[in-house]
Amino acid sequence: MRQLFALLPIVLALVLGGVFFWGLNPERNPNEIPSVLISKAAPEFRLSPVDGTGVPGLSTEDLETAGEITIVNVFASWCVPCRAEHAVLTRIEREQGVPLYGINYKDKPEDAARWLEDLGNPYTRIGSDLDGRAGIEWGISGVPETFIVSADGTVLHRTVGPIVGDTAVTNFNRALQAARDLESAS
Amino acid sequence: MKRWIVAVLFIFLATPSLAVEPDEMLSDPVLEARARALSKEVRCVVCQNQDIDSSNAGVARDLRILVRERLVAGDTDQEVLDYLVVRYGDFVLFKPPLKPSTYLLWFGPGIVLLLAIFAGGRALARARNTANAVTLSPQDEADVNAYLASKEGDQ
Repeated sequence: MRQLFALLPIVLALVLGGVFFWGLNPERNPNEIPSVLISKAAPEFRLSPVDGTGVPGLSTEDLETAGEITIVNVFASWCVPCRAEHAVLTRIEREQGVPLYGINYKDKPEDAARWLEDLGNPYTRIGSDLDGRAGIEWGISGVPETFIVSADGTVLHRTVGPIVGDTAVTNFNRALQAARDLESAS
Repeated sequence: MKRWIVAVLFIFLATPSLAVEPDEMLSDPVLEARARALSKEVRCVVCQNQDIDSSNAGVARDLRILVRERLVAGDTDQEVLDYLVVRYGDFVLFKPPLKPSTYLLWFGPGIVLLLAIFAGGRALARARNTANAVTLSPQDEADVNAYLASKEGDQ
């Protein structure tokens, strides 16, 4: 018993050290909410197209029948970080050939159309989520948010906030690669 | 004096500013009361340590309206919370549910308390044993009693 007590300080130091190692890790974002959607089917939603963009709307079936990995990006013309993210998404779509679908969150169709005319439209499909209900189905907390969805409509990854800056872009590309690996393995 | 009374009245009659806007409220006071109570249990996913009842965030407003819609549709309180948990996870609940992955959270403090009582009890028992170990031998006891008796005789 006494020998066991002698070990107590070491055990305490190891446990506390582990907690600090985990908790003080600069890569850990305590505000990040774990998504319940990961590894689950994409939620049920059906959105009509955004007038003036010329691309069709978006619904769950589109994700299930895409036949390849897709990226679903929640964006809005009033969202400033989305503007910065737009360039990154455009590049990913062009260079990697992954279909990019958009959910236009609480945005006026004419504003969204003008925004896409100014910046270019990398989206193959855009659903108009005027009242934000599809956003709630996806469990988003704000815009932008980006999901990677498998060929059969399973959500594989979620990025909260803009994919801007080296770390975010690297992480997203890594998730995209992991999704591809998973897809080719199955 | 009058100014003081007015000042005190202002302080005590001031109502807290509410995030719930009039257009969100239900006309049925019973349902509205349930909605308010439920909203206090739901975490706002934007301003994470605030409940949706007191948050001005856009998503919080949407969720408040959603809670009211579900109640009007006839959901029980639990069904409303389940509906939100399916989309946002246990994270939206301020009170985490009791299930195997949260046993440590719920019972951990109790276990630590029991361990502390056990350790404390042992320490006390040991202290008492040590105290017993230094009691006087019968010979010493007799000497002390004899000395005390002689002292009493002096008085």
